[in-house]
Amino acid sequence: MRLQRQLSVNELLVTALRSPWKLVTLNMSEWDVLVRQARNANLLARIAGLVEDLTLTIHPGPRAHLESASALAERQYAAVQWEADKIARALADTGAPVIFLKGAAYVLAGLPVAQGRVFSDIDILVPKSLLPCVEAALMLHGWAGVEQDAYDNNYYRRWMHELPPMEHIKRGSVLDVHHAILPETSDRHPSSEKLIAASVPTESLGLRVLAPVDMMLHSATHLFDDGEWDHGLRDLVDLDGLLRHFGRDELFWKELVPRAVQLELARSLFYALRYVTRILRTPIPTEVIRAVDLVHGARPPDLLLMLMDALFLRALRPSHRTAQDALTPFARWLLYVRAHWLRMPPHLLIYHLLRKALKRAHVTKKQDDQALA
Amino acid sequence: MIVSELSREELNNRLAGPGLRLRTGAFVTCAQSSIGSVAAGIRQLYADYRLAEESDFCDFYVRLALPRNLRRWWRRQVLFSFDDHAPFAPLPYAHAFPVFEWGLNWCVSQHCHNYLIVHAAVVEKSGYAAIFPAPPGSGKSTLCAALVNQGWRLLSDELALIDLVDSTLTPLPRPVSLKNQSIEVIRRFAPDAVLSRPVADTLKGTVAHMKPPLNAVRREADRARPGWIIFPRYEAGSATKLGALPKSDTFMKLADNCFNYSLLGARGFDALVEVVDSSDCFEFCYSDLDEAILAFDALAKTTQRE
Repeated sequence: MRLQRQLSVNELLVTALRSPWKLVTLNMSEWDVLVRQARNANLLARIAGLVEDLTLTIHPGPRAHLESASALAERQYAAVQWEADKIARALADTGAPVIFLKGAAYVLAGLPVAQGRVFSDIDILVPKSLLPCVEAALMLHGWAGVEQDAYDNNYYRRWMHELPPMEHIKRGSVLDVHHAILPETSDRHPSSEKLIAASVPTESLGLRVLAPVDMMLHSATHLFDDGEWDHGLRDLVDLDGLLRHFGRDELFWKELVPRAVQLELARSLFYALRYVTRILRTPIPTEVIRAVDLVHGARPPDLLLMLMDALFLRALRPSHRTAQDALTPFARWLLYVRAHWLRMPPHLLIYHLLRKALKRAHVTKKQDDQALA
Repeated sequence: MIVSELSREELNNRLAGPGLRLRTGAFVTCAQSSIGSVAAGIRQLYADYRLAEESDFCDFYVRLALPRNLRRWWRRQVLFSFDDHAPFAPLPYAHAFPVFEWGLNWCVSQHCHNYLIVHAAVVEKSGYAAIFPAPPGSGKSTLCAALVNQGWRLLSDELALIDLVDSTLTPLPRPVSLKNQSIEVIRRFAPDAVLSRPVADTLKGTVAHMKPPLNAVRREADRARPGWIIFPRYEAGSATKLGALPKSDTFMKLADNCFNYSLLGARGFDALVEVVDSSDCFEFCYSDLDEAILAFDALAKTTQRE
């Protein structure tokens, strides 16, 4: 009996996400760890939503933290809609199609995955040819580039798939303007024209978001090809939510693999399906799994896959001491290097990382000098 | 078990090891630090506080330690971290105890949106709370320290926690932060009050903390109903003056001093309306603490409650 109930501490958050009804069986020490893991993974409001959906009764101690996280998430949900409307209005005269991406898109499309999600910024996609007039229009309406040195500015504009981040001078909200979903210097180029052409209007405000398959594929490449692993599990939860929601429509599963091939994102899709099923037990039709395996270049060679399992399964844990092992920091570092490797060819990569390292040393020295002055 | 029942060695061991599980009002904080001034501050000012059990739920995990850099050996610094994340830049090592206090305030103001949180001191008499919202420098802490040495109960020196359902105030009794001249003022006004050793040249000038009276700690679970909202202003040489403030003005000024008013949206608005509605609202100008106490005691006596 006791053995049955016993939950492994480092798996608490994942267990809660997978089987939320088990939350009622947690004792106080387990709640203590769960709240910490969930807060660090930006998933505390998500857990709150699960508790609410199932109308579970839980101890007042953890309940207070869930309520607090929910209040913040509700506030952000409303703020994102408001901010998106402002952005769309600012860009109305440019005639550019404006596609909202990631978290903002989930909110605007009213997807279940947006419930209890926290945001740091808003991302949009516009055609590259219209980038100058989009930037000008945003500046006219109060968004300004976040202060950067000439190198960073150049890095974004020449090599990346987005403008340097912009911040609204009054509201302080941060906006990332993309013209593609992968960097210019990457060896894969998912066509922005195709993505924009397939985009769909949302019901509520009439703003545009990516089509369901594209939204899922963008979420996959964002998680598995970007170096930001602080919220890896949160991003995996996004993928799980998108797949469960869109997966109710058979057409989604029919379109998914061919579209991934078209957008050069079959490898990212392979990883996404592998780890959502392994970690969150997302139901995926077997024929879809088989179809991805058959796409040339989607499934990595066995040895590489073993290595990637070791890395991803570590990085996708909550970034909290109770959920990590001795190799976690190394795994995250390797994935950071991998993300840069995917982002640009070797000569650029070496140059870029050197610049970054020198700059960091310089900034630390300057801070120390200032502190002593 | 309370903090003073731990031997000096046991206290230090817990702080340096698994953490000291300190109960302050509605919260349990697990504090870790090997820094002597932090242990000394806790031993002195938190002596009467209860300890939570190993198996209890902890709200905040905080640590004060040396940052991992060369400054470990030269012009040492202290870094506050919240469950392994450092929200602030390191500060001088000598400021460790004030940093601990500021850090705990930060924990509450950032993670407890189940309350409407006002930057204010709160004291209580006969079940009713007097809320002193005010920017730094207005003398709210001085007034609060004086009142709690004269029969008013301390709920909090920094954070008014307003319940979103019934608008009651939840106590958060912690040491009262005194700055610059007010340290000497309180020493003279209440010679028996226990004050920590002043720390000079902090972000807020010279800072000392006053140990909360025992009854404030013992009654940490007793909530209070909103009674008065008073905006204090210390003005050297001025007469003691209590003037009524319209409720509309009070509402706006109170909202200005909230940490999470806009975050809570309609619920924050409703709670604030309820608090202002059920309170008598004043502006209070003072220079003499004895006169101020008399004015407050008179106010408590004359206010009619149903």
